[in-house]
Amino acid sequence: MFKILKYSFYDLLRSRWSYVYLGFYLLLGFVLLFLNQDLSKAVITLMNVIIVLVPLIATILGVMYFYNSREFTTLLLAQPLRRSRIFLGQYLGVAGSLSLSLVLGLGLPFALYGLFRSGAIWDFSLLLLTGVFLNLIFTALAFLVALANDNRIKGFGYAVLLWLFLAVIYDGLFLLSLILLEEYPLDTFALGASLLNPIDLSRTLILLKLDISALLGYTGAVFKSFFGTSLGLVISLGVLLLWTVLPTGLMLRKARSKDF
Amino acid sequence: MKAVWLLILFWVLPVPALASTPGQIEVCANCPVTEVGDALKQARPFDTVVVRQGVYREYDLVIDKPLVLMGDAGAVIDGERKGEILRVVSDSVSVLGLSLRNVGKSYTADYAALRVVKSKYFHLEGLLMEQLFFGIYLEKSSHGVVCDNIISGDAEEEFNSGNGIQLWYCRDIQVSGNRVSRVRDGIYLEFSDRIRIANNISSDNVRYGLHFMFSNNDSYTDNIFEANGAGVAVMFSKEIEMKRNTFRRNWGTASFGLLLKEINDAVISQNRFEANTVGISIEGSNRIAYLGNTFQGNGWALKVRGACYTNTFSNNNFLHNSFDISYNSKVNDNLFEKNYWSTYSGYDLDRDGFGDVPHRPVKLFSYIVNRTPETIVLLRSLFMDLIDYSERVSPVFTPDNLMDPSPLMHPSS
Amino acid sequence: MIHIENLHKKFGRNPVLEGVELSIAGSGIHAILGPNGSGKTTLIKSILGMVCPDRGSIHLDGTPIRGEWAYRNRMGYLPQIAEFPSNLAVAELFRMIADLRQQEGQAWPLIERFGLQPFMDKKLGTLSGGTRQKVNLVLTFMFDAPLYILDEPTSGLDPRAMIALKTLIRERKSSGALFLITTHIMPLVEELADNVIYLLEGRVYFEGSLEQLYHHTGENHVEPAIAAIAEQTHV
Repeated sequence: MFKILKYSFYDLLRSRWSYVYLGFYLLLGFVLLFLNQDLSKAVITLMNVIIVLVPLIATILGVMYFYNSREFTTLLLAQPLRRSRIFLGQYLGVAGSLSLSLVLGLGLPFALYGLFRSGAIWDFSLLLLTGVFLNLIFTALAFLVALANDNRIKGFGYAVLLWLFLAVIYDGLFLLSLILLEEYPLDTFALGASLLNPIDLSRTLILLKLDISALLGYTGAVFKSFFGTSLGLVISLGVLLLWTVLPTGLMLRKARSKDF
Repeated sequence: MKAVWLLILFWVLPVPALASTPGQIEVCANCPVTEVGDALKQARPFDTVVVRQGVYREYDLVIDKPLVLMGDAGAVIDGERKGEILRVVSDSVSVLGLSLRNVGKSYTADYAALRVVKSKYFHLEGLLMEQLFFGIYLEKSSHGVVCDNIISGDAEEEFNSGNGIQLWYCRDIQVSGNRVSRVRDGIYLEFSDRIRIANNISSDNVRYGLHFMFSNNDSYTDNIFEANGAGVAVMFSKEIEMKRNTFRRNWGTASFGLLLKEINDAVISQNRFEANTVGISIEGSNRIAYLGNTFQGNGWALKVRGACYTNTFSNNNFLHNSFDISYNSKVNDNLFEKNYWSTYSGYDLDRDGFGDVPHRPVKLFSYIVNRTPETIVLLRSLFMDLIDYSERVSPVFTPDNLMDPSPLMHPSS
Repeated sequence: MIHIENLHKKFGRNPVLEGVELSIAGSGIHAILGPNGSGKTTLIKSILGMVCPDRGSIHLDGTPIRGEWAYRNRMGYLPQIAEFPSNLAVAELFRMIADLRQQEGQAWPLIERFGLQPFMDKKLGTLSGGTRQKVNLVLTFMFDAPLYILDEPTSGLDPRAMIALKTLIRERKSSGALFLITTHIMPLVEELADNVIYLLEGRVYFEGSLEQLYHHTGENHVEPAIAAIAEQTHV
């Protein structure tokens, strides 16, 4: 598996995309920091980037890589290699190179800016960790969608639709249901619904850092124990892990019974 | 004030030089006088009672003549939770350097570690108070100084705890350099006027860091209020000066850095509000100038409820608050100008330091959260940002004249 | 060596294999023939584990292959269409496959045999179809295996490479390897094959030696013989 990971990784390192991606993050990091001169503001903008763009890019690149590397996959399938290892390797190769671009691209400008001497280092690390999780989750979802659709256009469309749903539409429906059901105690529902969507979940994790003052203004006991203690952090990270493992497992299951 | 200080200097300074001269009574385990209570009874007016290191299990001590009562380091009076420890009922009394602990708790009497009743020219300095109900309780007293004391309680609930420093019907008192923590209200003023409160640190208190009720012409400056149930509550009071204080990490459901309730004609300037659930909660307060304050990382920097008219907000910095302003009405009669808003997304083409497009600080989302609090979990979601953006372009739910026409491009210092 | 029982496979609603029964043993060259869409490639891919059959079983040396992967160590497979990662160089590809299989491959004699030396540093994406097929052949034969499965091995090859390929197949056959070859080139079948397997509509319609085929159909060439079988089935 690690060999396949290595080759997928090299394969991506050779392709333009990882450099475009890396360049994009470097540029973003530098622009944010050196035009802004305000670390907190930069972290907030970064959060928006991470919870919106990282999933989108992971989705698109995941689908693209999957379709573009079919030859490689077919070649590997005829070799004495375990199927799950092939897909896991490729998946980790893509998610890994995306994550590396993210961490390097954003880490470098922030490190140069003097992040390690500032108190924002933990917030920033959490941000990057969340970004890495989102990469893993959305690459897995993208692979899953691509595996289920041999037609590239369809696969691409479904994958982007999935992103759109999780990034925007879900929250719209969520908000609507909260408002419609406002007479009922909703804190468990509200927390549950944000755990069900990896983008919301990541956002919650970041909110725990950035907006804890506002979150503690709410009365619900469930909220209070979630946001007021480290419970929230632990649960969120746990569910993010689950969100990573689940689509990956589904993807591998799908791969096991797929014909090439 | 000067008179007070002179008096103090006169009484305090000569003491160390005059060991066991007439006019001084020593209290220690091996001394002729072994109890503080006896020393206080024996002393003549203007004597000095020096309490040497040791624990003295006494309570209900009364100082009824002008005296200096001072403790060496490690001189402790332990009330064994039986009642009040020390009561001052005479003018010109100084109590210095003692430790007072284990004050009695009662639901019928407000036992204090040290109570001053109807006295003038008192001076309380360098006292350490622990395991207490009330700390320093001043009633109907005036022209005194309460400084550099440490009051540290163990309060957990509001109903069975007392206040750190309480002033009731007092006038012209200086409260400075004290550290008050873990009591009900750090400092509580009721019917007390012309009180100067400066350089205190009030933290981890169950209710408020500082609490004004029906008190006028007071000032509090350069204090720090941190991690209290709520920071400072100013209610039904007039002409309170609030400057250069720091309100930090006052978190909770109904928590705030500063609460203004029925306050008119005040100036609130150069304070810092950091990471409070609500920076300033304003109810029914008019003609107040908010100048040069910094609001950073609060849930809500300003929460305006009820009728608030003719207030001015200028030169304030709003930095990275979850919400800068929440408003619960559609009318606005307050002026916002020349503030710095970290959320401002406009530009300054003519380079005059002010943004060329007005800033609308009220988000639609803050309305939604007011209505359905659980929606707070959608904070910073792309969906909410889109909705806020459209509301900003064409306001429907938020007051359309609530805007800063000349937002600063850089934070004001 | 290969034992296939009642193999069924549908792609969507489209049945491709409908009960293939096949038993191949020993060494020799078996040509799998049949019209387009008769299931040749699907059958091969089923043996390779790339296609998962709906029903039926495939045993290799007595063990079922379902869910297994290590048995592919004993196989060389030449896919019909040579698909390679386009940004790898030829030499890197050989190294990579050897690395992935963790076997010492003997690529160099084959590279010389097919005249690939000048292309070793070229990216796979820039190669012509014929050259890619040669690379494909090297990959297939660089590991010694008791079983080779070749799907249309001659497509795009120039005459020289064709001769090299035939020689190679004969050499490996004489050292005891078993070959499964699909092709549409009948002269190649006549020249190489010991056995013919004729697939039609997802079933084995004929299986036997060339002589048996001739005898069965009364023809003395493969092409008319195959045409004759096709006729019979449509009657």
